[in-house]
Amino acid sequence: MDVDDPAAERMLDGNAVAGTLSAVFGGDVTLTPGCCAHCGAVNMVGAMRAWVGGPGSVLRCPACDGVVLRVVTTPRGTLVDVRGATYLRFERG
Amino acid sequence: MAAPIDWQLATVTAVRDETPSVRSLTLALPAWAGHRPGQHVDLRLTAEDGYSVERSYSIASEPERNGEIDITVERIPDGEVSPFLHEIVAPGDRLEVRGPIGGYFVWESTLDGPLFLVGGGSGVVPLMAMLRHRARSGSGATGRAVARLLFSCRGPDEAIYRTELDALAAADPDLEVAYTFTRVQPPGWTGYARRVDRAMLAEVLEPLGAEARTYICGPTALVEVAANALVGLGLAPDRVRTERFGPSGT
Repeated sequence: MDVDDPAAERMLDGNAVAGTLSAVFGGDVTLTPGCCAHCGAVNMVGAMRAWVGGPGSVLRCPACDGVVLRVVTTPRGTLVDVRGATYLRFERG
Repeated sequence: MAAPIDWQLATVTAVRDETPSVRSLTLALPAWAGHRPGQHVDLRLTAEDGYSVERSYSIASEPERNGEIDITVERIPDGEVSPFLHEIVAPGDRLEVRGPIGGYFVWESTLDGPLFLVGGGSGVVPLMAMLRHRARSGSGATGRAVARLLFSCRGPDEAIYRTELDALAAADPDLEVAYTFTRVQPPGWTGYARRVDRAMLAEVLEPLGAEARTYICGPTALVEVAANALVGLGLAPDRVRTERFGPSGT
């Protein structure tokens, strides 16, 4: 965290959006590994950095800070922007 | 991956003041599937005009209790939800709850290795669920994990669960609780009296060793300092689990 950046104080963990994501993906994804499309780092969703104060939630890569997932709920439904993820790996079983 | 988590109606069965600004609520949940220590619930309030707001609260109680959970809520003066939970909600009221949520920040007594907990303010809540669970999971040779909690708060009056924590530690040679009071210290206090830093973490962690499973929960700045310091002290990053709640919680 850049301590000089006041916005850094508002950073949370992927765990903080676990409820919203579970509604989207049909179950808990905090232990699901995701690959960052910007730098290739693989981290569990729960270990990503979450920004939840805006109209939606943003998950960023803990390695490079690139945006991995964006989730916005509107009256018509929930939009999930996955451009920043190469993949999410859902374990068997 | 488990099944989708639905909203359900919980009934408030008890309220208890922990400190002047922190209150615990017991919620009865007839359809509760059981939780794991460290998980949270989402709570939804909906106004008559349809406006609704959600907040996440850590579960404070151990999973050994059936059909009910405790949540512990810090009152944020200009918050939308916590003042309602403090001033309006009473036993018998019903609240919408979704959970349990999150598998990442979870500790269970079946996991091996020592347990190191670092909490700041109301960040102690999910750690309390872990310690309550640990206390119910046997003792001595039957393998209760050696555990330490480093608990940072502004002063002793703001140390949530302090009486219970001290009683747990007094009854258990494998559990120690270290406080750091950052602003107000009681007379004669010989413990820590500063913000959590690397030297403090190294001292409290030392008897547990670098194999300790570590869970850090609190304001973002504390979590960041502690997580970086502990990885610097040689803990494997995937054994250092964090839960940030922002500058002051919600």
